[in-house]
Amino acid sequence: MFSNYLSSIEGIEIYPIISLIIFFAFFIGLCYWVIKVDKTYITKMENLPLEQNGSGLNNDLENNQRI
Amino acid sequence: MQIDKFSYDNKIVRDFSIATVIWGIVGMLVGLLIASQLFSPAVNLGTQYTTFGRIRPLHTNSVIFAFVGNGIFMGVYYSLQRLCKARMFSDLLSRIHFWGWQLIIVLAAVTLPLGITSSKEYAELEWPIDIMITLVWVVFIINMMGTILKRREKHMYVAIWFYIATVATVAVLHIVNSIELPVTWIKSYPVYAGVQDALVQWWYGHNAVAFFLTTPYLGLMYYFLPKAANRPVYSYRLSIIHFWSLIFIYIWAGPHHLLYSALPDWAQSLGTVFSIMLIAPSWGGMINGLLTLRGAWDKVREDAVLKFMVVAITAYGMATFEGPMLSLKNVNALAHFTDWIIAHVHIGALGWNGFLTFGILYWLIPRLYRTNLYSRKLANFHFWIGFIGIVFYASAMYWSGLTQSLMWKQFNSFGILQYPNFLQTTLQIIPMYMIRAIGGVLYFSGVIVMAYNLVKTAMQGSFLANEDAEAPALVKESAANREKGHHWLESRPIQFMILSLVAILIGGLVEMIPTYLIKSNIPTIASVKPYTPLELQGRDLYIREGCNNCHSQLIRPFRSETERYGEYSKAGEFVYDHPFLWGSKRTGPDLQREGRKYPNLWHYNHFVNPRTMSPGSIMPSYPWLAEQELDTSTTVAKINAMRKLGVPYPDGYENIANALLMNQAGVIAKDLRKNGAPVTKRKEIVALISYIQRLGTDIKADTSLTK
Repeated sequence: MFSNYLSSIEGIEIYPIISLIIFFAFFIGLCYWVIKVDKTYITKMENLPLEQNGSGLNNDLENNQRI
Repeated sequence: MQIDKFSYDNKIVRDFSIATVIWGIVGMLVGLLIASQLFSPAVNLGTQYTTFGRIRPLHTNSVIFAFVGNGIFMGVYYSLQRLCKARMFSDLLSRIHFWGWQLIIVLAAVTLPLGITSSKEYAELEWPIDIMITLVWVVFIINMMGTILKRREKHMYVAIWFYIATVATVAVLHIVNSIELPVTWIKSYPVYAGVQDALVQWWYGHNAVAFFLTTPYLGLMYYFLPKAANRPVYSYRLSIIHFWSLIFIYIWAGPHHLLYSALPDWAQSLGTVFSIMLIAPSWGGMINGLLTLRGAWDKVREDAVLKFMVVAITAYGMATFEGPMLSLKNVNALAHFTDWIIAHVHIGALGWNGFLTFGILYWLIPRLYRTNLYSRKLANFHFWIGFIGIVFYASAMYWSGLTQSLMWKQFNSFGILQYPNFLQTTLQIIPMYMIRAIGGVLYFSGVIVMAYNLVKTAMQGSFLANEDAEAPALVKESAANREKGHHWLESRPIQFMILSLVAILIGGLVEMIPTYLIKSNIPTIASVKPYTPLELQGRDLYIREGCNNCHSQLIRPFRSETERYGEYSKAGEFVYDHPFLWGSKRTGPDLQREGRKYPNLWHYNHFVNPRTMSPGSIMPSYPWLAEQELDTSTTVAKINAMRKLGVPYPDGYENIANALLMNQAGVIAKDLRKNGAPVTKRKEIVALISYIQRLGTDIKADTSLTK
């Protein structure tokens, strides 16, 4: 079945190693991007859940209600 | 700038929240029932439909897919609309999703007690229900992605990434693990066998925990915790790293469920390494959650919502530290198959999933009904009684797991097992089972109090089905100020989903493909032969009764296990096992070498009433097996299905299968009658005995030949 096709691929062992390298590079890139990223953007994203865009009554609840 | 006016659909959120509470109560009640059966087998109510083996999957399925599942949808439908500043893509799809999911749960609650099961943990439901799950999940994906595509907020908040990774990965997991060949409407065999089936199952099982119980709840945490604390998440940067490292690493860790098993060593080590790596992103998430409350700890003292969330996140941290520790081979050798694992998963289920759900419910329901919570006092009472319940539950199970494991491994000064009778180790921990049940009662009563409090809250408020909102329409970006890097990705949900899929597929493929490719991974053993028709039917009865919920069929290569059970398990012994039945918990002894250990009559008496052969045993009685007749109408279909899956039954074997079955049954029944058991060859018990007597004997035959 399909495993026969896969086993006929030569040098298949190299693929996991390649994938690991790709991801390692991805993480390094990601960390670099995260450190360098614009602070206003981060502040905007952080506050997204706290934005009030529902109806008025619920907004009052957001701020006043503590159970 | 154009301002759009629209409304949020609160009704679907309300519906899912009701389902969450109701199924939570049902799932936990079934949990209490099975917990009680472990110290008092009579609590199985004397019917086959409520014996432990059949309803333990009902408990796990209802808590995971009904309670937590509805909790996920409740939180996603609420937060997604608000984070996207858009109503759900389609109200109709929302309703189909809701009712479809409830129908699946009801079907599970009917089929599992009837013994209709695939035996694969957390994937027990049979193939027609599997197809329904796929369809309903696709509806959810379309509805969710549709909403994200029509959003009025350019970037997707981190919670949405977790939702996207969840829907994509759960789809892959469910489909791959459910590839099965239908035999009848209520019976199927997985295409994988033995070691491969085990690997696929625990790749699924582990990642069901990862992508059903963890990632969606992390998404909920990233939305509802800042909401409840009224302050932004501690570090948005950390959440980006948290997300990508978690979803990439999680998928690789499945094989840690199979340490010291017949799985090839390289795959076991891979599982261990990635499990240890998992501590980093998991704790990154926990720290991000807890530090969100920096400067707000005074609120935690008063606010029950925050109390629940803090304990939930702490439980997440504990469970995700314990998990990697349990994947170390030396710790696993001690903990696997014992109640330690039960404690571990309940820290996650009761603490992380349960408490986060309760926190969200207490926050959400007053808002949906535009009122204040009916009683803060009751909410605080719920918090404390639930918390004490967890402490009782977990400490009893840790104690019991460790005690029993040490007793299994104890040798005396003559070098023989100190407790050769498995039952001695069970009787030792019965008091712990009682304490565990008390913990469960405490936790459960808290949930009842919550339900009362929430109903009262709803009654005093007025429900807002459509919440008006407005937001500026999203303007298309010009080619000149195109974004780069992760910004770009965060505004492209489809590409985001594809990249998440790539991340999880790589781990999955690397783990599984070699097992299929390399023949030497599963050395074949010449003396291992396919099951006879009677044994095959008996094996399906073993599956129907859920014996694998309490009995493993996997002897690890330890002296304490080979002394107790016999030769350790070899990968080649399971090549005809569709599905594999290794089990994951030894409430009773391992059965892999049970064949020919005791006479047929011993098994007959033991099935009818285990306490006649093993005084004090907590195994349920199965008197109905000696009364019900075996359904032989499926034999031909089963043989044909097995042959299609690669089991080498000769041509035309299906035509003589039932004759062979009757012959073998006749021999066993004759032996039983000779020894005084009133039984005919057509009874189910005969088939089950034939299977038990076959277990592990292929290898025994082999050694006697070579000698």
